[in-house]
Amino acid sequence: MRYPASLILDLIYTKITGRRMNVGMLQKGTISGYYRKPFYLRILESYQLYLFLLPAVLYLFIFNYIPMAGIIIAFKDFRPSEGIFGSSWVGMQNFIRFFNMPMFKVILRNTLALSIYDLIAGFPLPIILALLLNSCPSLRFKKIVQTVTYAPHFISTVVLVGMINILFAPSYGIVGHLLRSLGLINGPLYVLNDPAWFPHLYVWSGVWASIGWSSIIYLGALTGVDLNLYEAAEIDGANKLQKILHIDLPAILPTIVILFILNAGRIMNVGFEKVFLMQNATNLSTSEVISTYVYKTGIGQGSYSLATAIGLFNSVINFIMLVFVNRIARRLGETSLW
Amino acid sequence: MKKTHFDFWFDIVLYIVLGVILFLIAYPLYFVLIASVSDPIEVTSGRVMFYPVKFNFDSYKKVLEYKQLWIGYRNTLIYTTAYTLLSVAITLMAGYALSRKELIGKNIIMAYMVFTMFFSGGLIPTYLLVRSLGLLGNPIIIIILGSVNVYNIIIARTFIQSTIPDELFEAASMDGCGHARFFFSVVLPLSPALIAVLVLFAAVTQWNSWFNAMIYLTKQELMPLQMVLRDIIVSQATFLREMAMDTLGEDFAREALLAETMKYSVIVVASLPILVLYPFLQKYFVKGMMIGSLKQ
Repeated sequence: MRYPASLILDLIYTKITGRRMNVGMLQKGTISGYYRKPFYLRILESYQLYLFLLPAVLYLFIFNYIPMAGIIIAFKDFRPSEGIFGSSWVGMQNFIRFFNMPMFKVILRNTLALSIYDLIAGFPLPIILALLLNSCPSLRFKKIVQTVTYAPHFISTVVLVGMINILFAPSYGIVGHLLRSLGLINGPLYVLNDPAWFPHLYVWSGVWASIGWSSIIYLGALTGVDLNLYEAAEIDGANKLQKILHIDLPAILPTIVILFILNAGRIMNVGFEKVFLMQNATNLSTSEVISTYVYKTGIGQGSYSLATAIGLFNSVINFIMLVFVNRIARRLGETSLW
Repeated sequence: MKKTHFDFWFDIVLYIVLGVILFLIAYPLYFVLIASVSDPIEVTSGRVMFYPVKFNFDSYKKVLEYKQLWIGYRNTLIYTTAYTLLSVAITLMAGYALSRKELIGKNIIMAYMVFTMFFSGGLIPTYLLVRSLGLLGNPIIIIILGSVNVYNIIIARTFIQSTIPDELFEAASMDGCGHARFFFSVVLPLSPALIAVLVLFAAVTQWNSWFNAMIYLTKQELMPLQMVLRDIIVSQATFLREMAMDTLGEDFAREALLAETMKYSVIVVASLPILVLYPFLQKYFVKGMMIGSLKQ
């Protein structure tokens, strides 16, 4: 009696939802024809799951959502003594002040220059590394290269910047010694305090630290390539380069597009930590970027409202970039974020 | 199949390019290591290139005497342990809950979480919040901040979903097993790889972090290792001091030069724990990246 009733219920359920009922639903189903427990009972039944989620949900509420609400101080003249709600509204005044600052153009240009340079130099190299590793004939050599190139990922930013400072030190650094012994320069090597060199140091040290780690995701996508394709290509007389260009590259193209969109959405997020650590009095004209400026005006000088406004401006540009690049990607091909 | 002429040369170019990349990445690391065990005068005058010259541990002896560094080490060990425990516990619990089909409102909770991956209040509102919570200068904030990482929660959820079959819980619940019991006696014992990945990600993050300490901590004796390192090796006056030294003449020096090579040994001492463990744990790190990319 019970079994056919469940079957009918399953049939109806499938018709309506397009999914089969699972075993649990069928067993909980009763002859009375009501196959689901009431809503509150089902919630109560899995109360433990909600308890499991509580810490994460609570954390995000306190440390993400409350600060998000705190963004309103960008439109206020925030005074700590009056609190967020007591401070008076000033509309767009903080933004206007920021746009009229002499620093505005400088930090906007530095931020864009640094991140676009980083994207152009840093984005294609891990792809090339992954393609080369994937067609490396020696498995052992491939393993060695992987192990070594992943390692710098685990070095802290502080150590990375420290290494730049000692390796490029004017007269004691190894790079200076090397260049002098090759006769390329005379006297001390001045790159650490030369504003023109800052972007190069920043970008290429970043490539050094992340090229291996970023290649992992492409290598992962390459393992999904059907081996029959290579065989077929070989029969057709394709050489290694052709195999890379016509099999490997198309296989990882969707991954490339997605990662490119995500990176473009972070175009204004220059790595604060590294820039901040690499800054010195002499290279500020190219190394002052929006995020370091927010830190200095906000926490350094206590102009909380102004700093929040600058930070918000940064996030808005990021978001516009993300939408914009995603739209282009959607127009060009079928891969996009949404 | 016979190798063609083209493929032969292609392989040679490939080995050369990979070899150059290998060298460029390995050499700076190797140089720091050999410089740290060489004589300071030899290092600063550029005679140390491919192997240690006048092998000695003087700079390590100096590092051992540097008290602040060991206080930093101790603090970082405490912060890293506490942060890792907290972060992994929260992540696993949330990941498990989100992996269950019967969780009502799952999509809403997911949206609530994923939203924070793209939008945040930014530095200043967060700072003001921490200040109004009275946690400025309190080391607790170092442990709490960043302990919930939505990306890791998604990794945990995806992993549990794909390794623990639904039938397992259904069978267990027939016998009266609740979610909590199931989580502790079935899910956790079945997920050592996931736990390893999460522990490693969390530990590396905390071991390498310094920014929160710079903003939220004030007392010197609470500072983590990376902050102490920053004072030693990123000191912005480095090259100015160097130039001053040039004018003072070479005699002044050995002590001052030793301070220079000390930087190499400090780097080694601070990075060693992770770099030594790394080759053994490599497969877990890579696995973690793979689980994460499933989502994309």
